[in-house]
Amino acid sequence: MTAVDLRVAQRPNAPLTTYRYDEYDAAFVRERVAEFREQVRRRLSGALTEEEFRPFRLMNGLYLQLHAYMLRVAIPYGTLTARQMRRLADIADKWDKGYGHFTTRQNLQYNWPKLVDTPDILEALADVEMHAIQTSGNCIRNVTADHFAGVAPDEIEDPRPTAEFLRQWSSLHPEFSFLPRKFKIAVTGAEHDRAAIMVHDIGLRIVRNAAGETGYQVVVGGGLGRSPFVGKVVGDFVPRHDLLAFLEAIMRVYNRFGRRDNKYKARIKILVHEKGIDDIRADVEAEFAAMDRSVFAHDPEEFERVAGFFAPPPYETLPRDSQMLRAAKLETPAFANFADVNVSAHKIPGYAIVTVSLKPIGGVPGDATSDQMRVLADASERFGFGELRVSHEQNIILPHVKQDDLFALWLMLDAAGLATANAGLVSDIIACPGMDYCSLATARSIPIAQAISKRFADMSRQRRIGKLGIKISGCINACGHHHVGAIGILGLEKKGQESYQITLGGDPTFSASIGEILGPGVTSEQVPDVIEHLVDFYLAEREEGEAFIDTWRRIGHARFKDALRREGEDGADI
Amino acid sequence: MALISDGSFIEDDWRRLAEEEALPKAGKVIVSLARLQHALEVLGTESTLGVIVPNTTELSALIEALPRLELVSISFPAFSDGRGFSLARLLRRAGFRGELRASGRLVADQYSHAVGCGFDKIEIPDELAERQGEEQWRAALNAYAMSYQRGYPGRGSILEARRRAARP
Amino acid sequence: MANFKHPQILIASNLTDGEVVFLGASGWERDHRRARVALNAEEAAALEASGKRDISANRVVDVYLADVEIGGDGAPTPMHYRERMRVKGPSVRLDLGKQAASGGAP
Repeated sequence: MTAVDLRVAQRPNAPLTTYRYDEYDAAFVRERVAEFREQVRRRLSGALTEEEFRPFRLMNGLYLQLHAYMLRVAIPYGTLTARQMRRLADIADKWDKGYGHFTTRQNLQYNWPKLVDTPDILEALADVEMHAIQTSGNCIRNVTADHFAGVAPDEIEDPRPTAEFLRQWSSLHPEFSFLPRKFKIAVTGAEHDRAAIMVHDIGLRIVRNAAGETGYQVVVGGGLGRSPFVGKVVGDFVPRHDLLAFLEAIMRVYNRFGRRDNKYKARIKILVHEKGIDDIRADVEAEFAAMDRSVFAHDPEEFERVAGFFAPPPYETLPRDSQMLRAAKLETPAFANFADVNVSAHKIPGYAIVTVSLKPIGGVPGDATSDQMRVLADASERFGFGELRVSHEQNIILPHVKQDDLFALWLMLDAAGLATANAGLVSDIIACPGMDYCSLATARSIPIAQAISKRFADMSRQRRIGKLGIKISGCINACGHHHVGAIGILGLEKKGQESYQITLGGDPTFSASIGEILGPGVTSEQVPDVIEHLVDFYLAEREEGEAFIDTWRRIGHARFKDALRREGEDGADI
Repeated sequence: MALISDGSFIEDDWRRLAEEEALPKAGKVIVSLARLQHALEVLGTESTLGVIVPNTTELSALIEALPRLELVSISFPAFSDGRGFSLARLLRRAGFRGELRASGRLVADQYSHAVGCGFDKIEIPDELAERQGEEQWRAALNAYAMSYQRGYPGRGSILEARRRAARP
Repeated sequence: MANFKHPQILIASNLTDGEVVFLGASGWERDHRRARVALNAEEAAALEASGKRDISANRVVDVYLADVEIGGDGAPTPMHYRERMRVKGPSVRLDLGKQAASGGAP
C-alpha cells in the first residue's frame, strides 16, 4: 500500500482544508482495519456466525444488499480533499464497478465489493485518512454538518471542529456501540439550516448567548422513518464546556431506556415521544448532574488544535464582483444559467461556492463515475484549494472558487457531464438507491427520479418553477428524506406492484415540518403526471417570489388535493 | 459456562445458586436479585456474596447492598443489547469495587467495550467458547493500543496523550 | 406448509462475494435457470434443509424460498418483482449484475 500512497501524495503547498490525522488517529484507523481483517477471517472460518458478524460488519459500513455487498465509506462532515476523492475513484476501479453513489448522509457507497476484498479496501482508505467506521449499525453514526461550513456568509462558527470532536468521541465508544438503534447527529453553525438538524436523533446548532459565549442548542428526537418527528429542544444553551458531558447524558438515558422490544420503536424519537420531552430533559439533567463532568470538560487546546485544520485557505484580496464573470455570463447563456443556479454567495469578496450537480437529466441521483470523481479532484485543485464537500442533497460542492475562475471551471465540468444547472430545482431530486440495489426497499426510487427529471427536462421551465425539493424513498425507512420534501414520494408495495405515495409540505430546515399525504398511492407511470399537475397548480396559485412550500402553507393542503382530484375527473390518467 | 479474565479462560471459584437451592453457610455464592435481600439477612460475614441481575436493574435496587457484595454479574439477554454496559458504568460510578461480570452470549469483539465500561470478567456459554477460543479474546483485548474516550478504564486515552504531548 | 401455493426455488447470497445464488441439482448456481424447483411443500422443506446446512457451513447467507412460475422452456422465473430484480441486476444499469453477462437481455 505504501507504493500507492506515494503516487497520491499531498502536494507540498496545498492548504490543510480538513482535519489531518496525527499518529494516534492513524494508528487507530490501522488497528480498525486489522481488527476487521480478523473479523472477516473469523467469519469465513465460522468462528463468528452471520448473526454475530453482522453488527460488526455494519459498524464498518458493510451491508449485504440485493445483488452484492455494499460498502459505505464515511466522509466525515462531508469534507474531503482532492487526494481522497482520487482514492475513492481508484477504489471504484480496482474493487468495484467504476462508480460510486453519494448519499444523503454525505457518505459514499460502493455497490459491488466482495467481502474478501473489503479489508484491502479499508486499508486503501486508511492510506488517505479515511475509513468506513460507524457508517451503519446501532451506534453513533458518521456526524454530518452544513456542507457550506466555513464559507457561508450566514455562519456564526464553522461546525466542523465540533463535528470532528464528536467523530472522535463516538468512535468505538465503549458504552454506546450497542444502542437500541442507529443514532445520527448533525451540526450547523449557520442561521439557515442546511444540515437538517431538526430531523436527526440529535441536532446541534451553534449559538451565542447574551454574554457572547459560544454554545449549542441541542435538539433531540427528530427523525424520519416509519414515525417521522421533528426534534425538540432538550438544551437551549449548552456551553461548549459541557457539550460532551451533556451528550453522554443523553446517550446513557437512551441506551438504558430506549425501547428494544420493537425495532420500529427503538429510535430515540419514540422515547422522546412516549415519555415527553420534559421527562427526558429531567432524566438527562439528572444524569448530567450525577456524572463526573470534569472528565468530559471542554479542552480548549485540543479544540484549537482541531479547529486549526479548518482555518480559511489563503484567499486573495479581490473586488466583491468579478468583471470576468459578468462578461462571461453575457457571452455564454448556458454558463449564465449555471452561474445563476449553481453558484452561491461566499463570505469572502470575489469568491463563490459552486454546487456540482450529480443529477443530470435522466441520470441516477448521486452517482459519479470514477472519471468524474477524478475531474472533480482536478477541478478542486485547479480552482478551489483542493477541497470538496458532499451535500446531503447528494451533490458535490467546491467551496472556494474565485468568481474570475467560474467560467473556466464550468468548461471543465461541462466536458465531464458535470455542469447540469439544476441545483435546488425540480430535477435536483434526492433519491435513495431503492429496490435497484437495497435489500430493505419495497419499491424502486431511481427510475421515478429519472422519469420526473426527464419530464422537466426543459431547463428554462425548471428555472421558471424555481426552488423545489423533490425527495424519494424506496421504503418507509426514508433514506431519501421524503417526509421533508416539499414534494415527497414514498415507494411501497401494494398487491405485488410498486405503488407511490405522495406527500406535500415537508421542510428540512429550522422551520421543519413533515409532509402530509396527498391521497391514495399511484403507479410508477402516473408519478410524473401527478408531479406535473401539482407543479402547474402551484405556478397558477403562487404569489410573487413564493416557493412551493410557502404557497402550500398559505393556501393549504386541501386546495392541492382538490386540484389533483379535478385533474383526475377531467380525464387525466390519474 | 466459561469465564474469561485478562484474556484467559480461568476456573470459576464462584458458585451460582439455583433458585431452589438452600443458601450455604460459607463459600462464594451468587444469588438472584430476588433472593438478595434474604441472603443478606441470613448469611453471616463468613459467606462471600454475589448477585446476578437483569440489565434493566435500577441502581437504586442495589445501592444499599453494594458494600456487602463482592460480585455483581449483569446478564446480557443478547450480545447486541448494550444496556449492561451502562449499568456497569453506573455501578462503578456508585463506588462498587468488587468483581463485575458480564454474563451472556457476548462475543470476543465486545471484550474491550466491556472492559472499558468497568467489567473485569466475561462469562459465556461453553459452546460459544469452543468457537471463540482464548486467542480470539486475547486478540480482541489487544486490538487497540488507545481509545478516544476519556474517563473509561482499560486503554489509554488519546486525548490525554495529546494533552501530555502539548504540555511537556 | 399449508401455504404452499406456487413452485419455489431457494435463493441466497454467496458469503465470500455476496452474489445471488440459487440451489441447483448439485450445489449453488449463479444462474437462476439452473435452480432446483420445489413442486410441493415436502420438496420446499428439503430445499430449506439444504440451505440451513450451507448456512452452518458458512457458504451462504440470507437464504429463503421464492415463488416462481415455470416458463415454456421449463426454467423458473420469480413471481415477485424483488426477486426478478435479483436474478437480473439493477433496472437502471443494464450493464451491471447478472443481466450484463447475458448481454443485457431480460
